[in-house]
Amino acid sequence: MTPGARTTEMIKKHEAEILQDWLQRQLGAVTVRSDLMKKSELEEQSRALLSGLAAALQRGEVGDIRGPAWGPVRELLASVSQTRALQGFTPSETATFVFSLKEPLFAHLQKVLAGDAPALATELWTTTVLIDKLGLYTVESYLRSRDAVIQSQQRTMLELSTPVVELWKGILALPLIGTLDSERTQLVMESLLTRIVETGASLAIIDITGVPTVDTLVAQHLLKTVAAARLMGADCLISGIRPQIAQTIVHLGVDLGDVTTKSTLAGAFAIALQRTGLSIGRATPRTS
Amino acid sequence: MERIPILKMGDYLLVTVQVDMHDRLATTLQEDLAERIVKSHARAVLIDISALEIVDSFIGRMLGSIAAIARVLDAETVVVGMQPAVAITLVELGLALPGVRTALNVEKGMEILRRSLAEEASGGASEAVIEESVIADAE
Repeated sequence: MTPGARTTEMIKKHEAEILQDWLQRQLGAVTVRSDLMKKSELEEQSRALLSGLAAALQRGEVGDIRGPAWGPVRELLASVSQTRALQGFTPSETATFVFSLKEPLFAHLQKVLAGDAPALATELWTTTVLIDKLGLYTVESYLRSRDAVIQSQQRTMLELSTPVVELWKGILALPLIGTLDSERTQLVMESLLTRIVETGASLAIIDITGVPTVDTLVAQHLLKTVAAARLMGADCLISGIRPQIAQTIVHLGVDLGDVTTKSTLAGAFAIALQRTGLSIGRATPRTS
Repeated sequence: MERIPILKMGDYLLVTVQVDMHDRLATTLQEDLAERIVKSHARAVLIDISALEIVDSFIGRMLGSIAAIARVLDAETVVVGMQPAVAITLVELGLALPGVRTALNVEKGMEILRRSLAEEASGGASEAVIEESVIADAE
């Protein structure tokens, strides 16, 4: 008899009992999180996993959980770990859900194979290996869904942090906040260039007041953005250079080329107005 | 053979790239343009690349060299209508086209050319006009 065949047979025969036993043990365990999950949901997940396991075992592939026979079980585990990740379960709590199946399974195996010690040892080993694999798979997909959450948050943050505002007709401002890495530069460039096309602006002010440090890499990214805007026919000014940053730029030997720089956004705006031939004047004479 | 048409309008030569530039087409354009500048005594060249969606380093370099050739022949060049994606690609390729004037669209490009021709004619008079528009103190 192949290893695992008796387990298959046993699960098929006693599925309902095992499920009852498993549920009782899960609900009685210290790791139960009734605050995060309803009892009915846990029951549903347990039933689905056990019947999926039985179905996959029936098709006879005990060793390889990456095989096609295990497709439904993998999907189930992925969805379980995803919902649990969102519900706030820890990775070990999620994995414990799968590992806790060992206890009822082993108890039943012991009962069924009471007289046959070598067979019992083989079956126990096969089942352990199998459930370990499933548990590890669950942890992996848990981490994957967590990564997906983090990535989507990063994307949202990127979008939030790169607004392009129109200060005046033909003058755009790009207040940068946070460090500029190459991915962000790409996004900043894209949104700036798109806005240049939309508004037909001929001047853009890049304000780096919110950029904590300017090293050679950040400067290079800034210059790239300036060059790309110039290719679209828009000149760039860089404003918001704090004294500290001016010192760093000079000490590092960063060459900002022929880009006009100003310490404040107001100063850059004044230059921008001047270049577009506009001026700001006082509407009423001062009365002091 | 496929060619990119070059239109003459007064002192200006207009080139509109409507198809994807392949290498052969770009070299042909360069030769044709050099010839036309000399033949028609053009003072300015406007290249509209708004329909160009894909560039490689060769096309990027070609744009630069077309502008350089025109400058040698005493004609101002302005490249207009570059797509954002094209601009980003060129910058990432390290081709910022330092010697090429650029504008957002044909209208602005023509304005630049007109102004620079007028400037040449009057010896930098419009430069002075820009400097005169001083911002009044906001205080």
